[in-house]
Amino acid sequence: MADLLNSGFGVALAIAAQGLMVIAFVMISLLFLVYGDRKIWAAVQMRKGPNVVGAFGLLQTVADALKYVVKEVVIPAGADKPVFLLAPMISFVMAMLAWAVIPFSDKLVLADLNVAILYVFAISSLEVYGVIMGGWASNSKYAFLGSLRSAAQMISYEVSIGLIIIGVILSTGSLNFGDIVAAQDGRFGLFSWYWLPHLPMVVLFFVSALAETNRPPFDLPEAESELVAGYQVEYSSTPFLLFMAGEYIAIFLMCALMTLLFFGGWLSPIPGLPDGAVWMVAKMGVFFFLFAMVKAIVPRYRYDQLMRLGWKVFLPMSLIWVVVVAFFAQFGAFGGAYARWAVGG
Amino acid sequence: MSVADIAFYCFATVAVASGLFVVLARNPVHSVLWLILAFFSSAGLFVLLGAEFVAMLLVIVYVGAVAVLFLFVVMMLDVDFSELKAHMAAYFPLGGLIGAVFLAQLVMVFGVWRSADSVFERRAAPMREGQTNTGALGELIYDDYIHLFQVAGLILLVAMIGAIVLTLRHRPDIKRQDVLAQMYRDPAKAMELKDVKPGQGL
Repeated sequence: MADLLNSGFGVALAIAAQGLMVIAFVMISLLFLVYGDRKIWAAVQMRKGPNVVGAFGLLQTVADALKYVVKEVVIPAGADKPVFLLAPMISFVMAMLAWAVIPFSDKLVLADLNVAILYVFAISSLEVYGVIMGGWASNSKYAFLGSLRSAAQMISYEVSIGLIIIGVILSTGSLNFGDIVAAQDGRFGLFSWYWLPHLPMVVLFFVSALAETNRPPFDLPEAESELVAGYQVEYSSTPFLLFMAGEYIAIFLMCALMTLLFFGGWLSPIPGLPDGAVWMVAKMGVFFFLFAMVKAIVPRYRYDQLMRLGWKVFLPMSLIWVVVVAFFAQFGAFGGAYARWAVGG
Repeated sequence: MSVADIAFYCFATVAVASGLFVVLARNPVHSVLWLILAFFSSAGLFVLLGAEFVAMLLVIVYVGAVAVLFLFVVMMLDVDFSELKAHMAAYFPLGGLIGAVFLAQLVMVFGVWRSADSVFERRAAPMREGQTNTGALGELIYDDYIHLFQVAGLILLVAMIGAIVLTLRHRPDIKRQDVLAQMYRDPAKAMELKDVKPGQGL
């Protein structure tokens, strides 16, 4: 047994098993995230939400998923069949791939890359392909317009997300998530985390994450009043399920990124309490609640306003912030709050 | 054969095959998609070489940004590509000849490539022990060659501004939105309430 585990095959097997565990975690949380999203949305609108399947409707998502899987896959006559079917797969797989480097505690991490944050950024920039390919391959005007909108939107907000991440990297001096979290460890519990020194960027990151994942109020690619359902118009059954699952996984990934970059990852908020994966998951849950609340209470943006916000407000602000952080870090302003490479990681 | 070897052959085969399909695909959109796969597998090769920073940059810049714009343009083109492809047979001999000559030259160059034993000690910027390649690249670009890097950035900036200046036209005949003016509009200035007497009108 020990021989097998030490051989190349054994290592590959162990990695595959760990990967399966991460996938299982994400998929199970996905079931309850979709449920939670609908429940919160319903509560804001004074409805009951799903409450029939299982206790309190907890199994509603399972029933929905089953329904999607057993339905017929309808492929439009003029569609480009291989690309049409490839698009939802790409959107799902890319959303899943990024989880390979997300750490849940200082030991619970599948791949501890030293360019982990760049990896997440690279993979999330690939998610746009699922949308573009789906919209184009459907051979439908609505779907194509939706995918064009989505591509422009995601590229625009990726720029500011990248610049915001650079601010955090400047403060940490490392691209590794473990180092970024370690740098936020301090005597003051939650007040040593990056959200305090990087406060303006926390807000910007949250809004950019909404736009990047096509969540309301920035869900213009699928704005049903204008485009029916955007790039998803022609999709039914399992391909549609993959698109939807990919979208929710990407949202959950953004929650994880918020937690890791600005809210101390697995560190406990109160000094003295032990750190652990529980904190990480709890914080991700809180951010998902915020995402769901935004969906429920904010009206949809107009497309030109969205573009103006991305290029004329967020981009200059995050660019100036990078310069400001660079100066603060270099000259040790505010007791070295911006230069944590000397303190932690 | 180790896992890294298997990974290398996978990435290399996919890169070469997708490069071939870029040329052979009938539909230009498919060509761009194959091109993206080629970029992606070359990023995998960079990771195997231990240059993970370059690999990530390749994915972010080429796949995440350049190829998206490429795909945009190709999707919106309205060209009859079947007609263009019809001439393929005519161009094939010449193209094949150029390709064969190029391949032969590469084989001749790399087939006889021998590096001297002392080459490794003479590298201009070897990586120090325990340094990541992100740090090594940063030191090279921002410490050793900062002026050249700044000049390169300046040239790009000039090119960008030049492109904007050449194409920007202010058309006076179209309506423009003034966002600030819109936001500072208030009901008192925008409308006037009149008390209209019955039977009189305004």
